[in-house]
Amino acid sequence: MKIPYYPGCTLHERALDFDKASRECANVLGVELEELPIWTCCGAVFPLTTDSVMEILAAVRNLAYAARMGDKVVTLCSFCYNVLKRTNKVMREDEERREKVNLFLRADTETRDKTESFLKKDYVGQVDVLHYIEMLRDVVGFDEMAKRVKTRLEGLRVAPYYGCMLLRPHGEMKFDEHPEQPTIFEEFLTALGCDVVDFPMKTECCGGFQIVRDEETAIACSQTVVSSAVKRDADLIITTCPLCLYNLDRKQKEMEKRVNGFRKIPVIYFTQLLGIALGIDDEHLDFSDNYVDPRPALAEKNLV
Amino acid sequence: MEHRIGVFVCHCGSNIAGVVDVKRVAKQLADYPGVAYSTDYLYMCSDPGQNMVKDAIKEHNLTGVVVSACSPTLHEATFRRAGAAADLNQYRVEMANIREHCSWVHRGDKEKATEKAIKIIKTMIEKVKQNEALEPISVPMTHRALVVGGGIAGIQAALDIANAGHDVVLVEKTPSVGGHMAQLSETFPTLDCSQCILTPKMVEVSQHPRIKLLTYCEIDDVSGYVGNFKVRIKKKAAYVNRDICNGCGLCVEKCPRTVASEFEEGLATRKAIYTPFAQAVPNKPVLDRDNCIYFESGKCGICQKICPVDAVDYEQTDEFLEEEVGAIVVATGFDLYPIVNIGEYGGGSIEDVVTSLQFERLLSASGPTGGEVRRPSDGEIPKEVVFLTCVGSRDPENHVSYCSKVCCMYLTKHAMLYKHNVHDGQAYVFYMDVRTGGKGYEEFYQRATEEDDVLYVRGKVSKVFEEDGKVMVWGVDTLTGRKVEIAADLVVLGLAMVPNSTAVELSKKLKIQVSEWGFYSEAHPKLRPVESLAPGFYLAGAAQGPKDIPDAVAQASASASKVCALFSEKEYHREPIVAWIDEDECSGCKVCISVCPYDAIEFDSQKGISRIQEAICEGCGACIAACPSATIQQRNLTDSQLYKMVSAALED
Repeated sequence: MKIPYYPGCTLHERALDFDKASRECANVLGVELEELPIWTCCGAVFPLTTDSVMEILAAVRNLAYAARMGDKVVTLCSFCYNVLKRTNKVMREDEERREKVNLFLRADTETRDKTESFLKKDYVGQVDVLHYIEMLRDVVGFDEMAKRVKTRLEGLRVAPYYGCMLLRPHGEMKFDEHPEQPTIFEEFLTALGCDVVDFPMKTECCGGFQIVRDEETAIACSQTVVSSAVKRDADLIITTCPLCLYNLDRKQKEMEKRVNGFRKIPVIYFTQLLGIALGIDDEHLDFSDNYVDPRPALAEKNLV
Repeated sequence: MEHRIGVFVCHCGSNIAGVVDVKRVAKQLADYPGVAYSTDYLYMCSDPGQNMVKDAIKEHNLTGVVVSACSPTLHEATFRRAGAAADLNQYRVEMANIREHCSWVHRGDKEKATEKAIKIIKTMIEKVKQNEALEPISVPMTHRALVVGGGIAGIQAALDIANAGHDVVLVEKTPSVGGHMAQLSETFPTLDCSQCILTPKMVEVSQHPRIKLLTYCEIDDVSGYVGNFKVRIKKKAAYVNRDICNGCGLCVEKCPRTVASEFEEGLATRKAIYTPFAQAVPNKPVLDRDNCIYFESGKCGICQKICPVDAVDYEQTDEFLEEEVGAIVVATGFDLYPIVNIGEYGGGSIEDVVTSLQFERLLSASGPTGGEVRRPSDGEIPKEVVFLTCVGSRDPENHVSYCSKVCCMYLTKHAMLYKHNVHDGQAYVFYMDVRTGGKGYEEFYQRATEEDDVLYVRGKVSKVFEEDGKVMVWGVDTLTGRKVEIAADLVVLGLAMVPNSTAVELSKKLKIQVSEWGFYSEAHPKLRPVESLAPGFYLAGAAQGPKDIPDAVAQASASASKVCALFSEKEYHREPIVAWIDEDECSGCKVCISVCPYDAIEFDSQKGISRIQEAICEGCGACIAACPSATIQQRNLTDSQLYKMVSAALED
C-alpha cells in the first residue's frame, strides 16, 4: 500500500534519524511512504489571523500536491502536522479564503507549466491529514502492528510525551478524544508490550521555540517534563517532534549543570522504539545525535 | 344580517390625540358602511369611557364594537368585559391599535398618521363584521395532580397542592423521597442541618391523607391533555412486598453482597438489598437485582429465608398503574456534570479529587466518616483543601456554557464547614467571579473570608495531578499575575448542575419542551416562569435550571398555586380562537397532524378526516397554513376575514 508522505524540512536535515526509522518501520508494516515529488516548508507556524491567505499558501500547495497522489497525506513532525491539519480545516470550511487561495494556485499553473495543469481541480480539502501514529492505528491497525512485533518490549518502562502541537487547539486538531488525557500513545506502547508510564507532564509544553529566545524559561519547561518522567521510574521517553526531542534530550546537558542530583533519561522518537520492536536493521536506527544514549537502557532489558 | 358596528376612538390623553386627529377619525368613520355609531373620548378605558361603550351598545343596538386605542394585550379583556356586561357577545368586541402601531411611531406627521389610523380601524371593522359569537371552550377536569420527582421541589409542590384540598400522586424513581437535599450536610446561608429541615417534610408527604406516594416508580406514558391526563406508571420490581415489609432491616443486615452506595456517592457501600439511607421514606428496602447473588447464581436467598414476615419475593415483576390527573408538576431535579469529563483535574482518576456532593457526605454527620473530614485515599484529615468553582460550567468550548448559579455559595459553605471541622487547616477557593446574589449570601461569603480565613484566589486552575501523596494544583492568581502551585491533600470540584439524566427522555413522554442543555423550558422567561408552554404542565426546581433550595422551594410553591388556580374552577375554560376543520371538505391527507406542535389534531379513521381537539389547540395557525385545500380555518380569523381586512387596508 502506498501513502503520500510529507516529511517536512526538519526530517530532511536535522532529524534524518526520525525519517529513516519511520520509513523502514512502514515498510515492515506493508506501507510504502511515497514522498511528495515536490514539496516546500509547511510554514512552521499556523497564522492566527482569520484573514491570512499568503501565510497558509505554502501549506496548501503541499496539500494540493498530495491531492494529486491520493486521498491522504502522512506526516511525522508535530509542527508540520499542526500546520497542515489546521490549514486543511480552513480549506474545507472557510469559503472566502478557499477561493482566494485557489486563485493563487491557478496562477501557479500558468507560470510553472503551461502544458500540464498544476491543479487537476481546486484544492478544497480533499486530502485527509494523518499523523503517522494515526496511520498506525487507523490504516495498519495496532493489532496488526502487534502481530509483526519480533521483540516484545516487556519490562521496558516508557513515558509517552505528547507535547502541545499534536493536541492543541483541540477543536481544530481533534487528534485524540481528550486533549488533557490523550491515550493513543498508551495504546501504541501497550501493543508493543511496554509498561506505560503515565506521567502528569505528558501534555505540558517542552519550551518550544523559546529555546532560541529565552533559554532559561524553555529549559525550566523541559526539565519539568523530564523530571516528572524520571520520578515515575521511566526508562525512556518517546516523542513525535524534533523540537521536543531537542529540548528534552539535548538540553539535559544544561539541566545537569543547573539541578543538583539531576538524573538523565534517554528521549527517542516513537518510530525508533517501534523499529526496535519490529527488529529493523541497525542501519535504520541511528542514535548518534542523542545526547543521552538510549542503548544502555535498552541493553539492560536485552533489547539491543 | 344588518351590521351595526360601534367605533370608539380613544385620545389616550395626548398619546394618540397629540398625533392623530381623533375628532376627524370618529367623524369620517361614522359614514363607513356598517358603522351605526362613532365617537371619541379622552380615556376610553376609564369607568366613564367603558360606560359610553355599554350605553351605546344598548342604545344603538350594536352588533359589534371596535375600540380604537392601545394594544389588545393591554385592554382587550377590559372591553370584552364591558361588551359582555351590555349583553354583546365578548368575541364581537375588537381593538384597533392606533397607539403602538400609529401615533407612537408617527409623531410629526398628523395628516398621514390620521389617514393610517382610519385604515387600521377600517380593517378591524371588516373583521368584526364577520366575527362569530363564540363561547369559551369548557373541558371537564380531573381535580387531581401528578408530581414527578420526590426531591425538595416535588415534596413542596405535593404538600402545597394537597394542603389546598386536592389529591396528589407523587412519583419518585428511587426507593426514597428526599432527593439530593437529603445528601447535604448543612445549608447556606444559615448553616441549618439539611436533614433536620427536610426529613419532617419527607414524613409529612408519606402520611398526608391526600398524597399517594409512589416510590421506586417511573412515568411510563402520558396521554390526554390539560384537565384530562392519563398516566401510566411503572412500579419497578423491588423484590420486596413493601406492603407487608415492616422495615425491620434484618435482610439488609444479613445480605452478604456489598456494592458502592449511590447515596454516599461511592464513598461507602450498601448491600444488594438496601434502603438508600437511614432516614429513608418509606423506610423499606428494595432489592437491586443487578448486584444480587441469588439473581446471579440462584444461590444465597438469605434475605428470603430470614425475613420474619415473608416479604421478599424473587418472582416479583414490574407492575403498571394507571392514574388520571388534571395537571402535572415536573420536578425531576439535577445531576452533577460527570467528573470523568474533567480529565485535566484528575476527575475519576485521582481518589482525592472529589465532587461537591461527595464532600457534602464527608461533612455530613450521617456520612461515611461520621462528619469528620477525612480524605478518601487514606482516611487522613486533609490539611490543605482546594475548592474549584466553575468546573464544567461557563466553559462553552469544552463543557456547558451556563453559570451553575449555586456553586459559589455551596463551595463557600464547604470551605467554612471544613474550617469549623479542621481548625488548623487551610481552605483555598479558586474563582472566576464570586456570585452571591441572594438574601444574606454576600454576608455569608464575607464571613468565610474574614472569620474563617478562607483564601480566595481569583483565577482558573490549569492542571491537577498526583505527586508524592499530594494532589498538586497548578493555577494562576490573575490579580497578581503569578502562577500558583498548591500541594493539596484534597481537591473539591464545584461541578456544574446538569438536568437529571432522565429529563430529556421524560420530556418526550410528556411532550414538553426542553432548552439547549436539557432543562425544561418555561413558557416565558420572566412572566410565566413556572409553566411549560404545553398547557397543564408546571415546572419546579432544578429541572428548569440550576437552583438552590430557597429558589427550588419558591418555584415549587408557585407551581402548586398555578395548579390550584387551574383547579379552582369545576371545568377548564379557554379561548375559543382555535382552528376548526370543515368535515365535508377534509380529504384526510393528515398534513395538519404532522405540523401541529401540540398534538392537537386526531385522525378519525372511520370518517377518514382530521379533527381538531379544541381543548389542546393553541390557535398557532400552523395547520391552517399547511392545509392544501384551505379546509382548516381559525375561528374569527378566517381567510374571508383576512381578505376583507387587507382590502380595507389597501383601499384608497
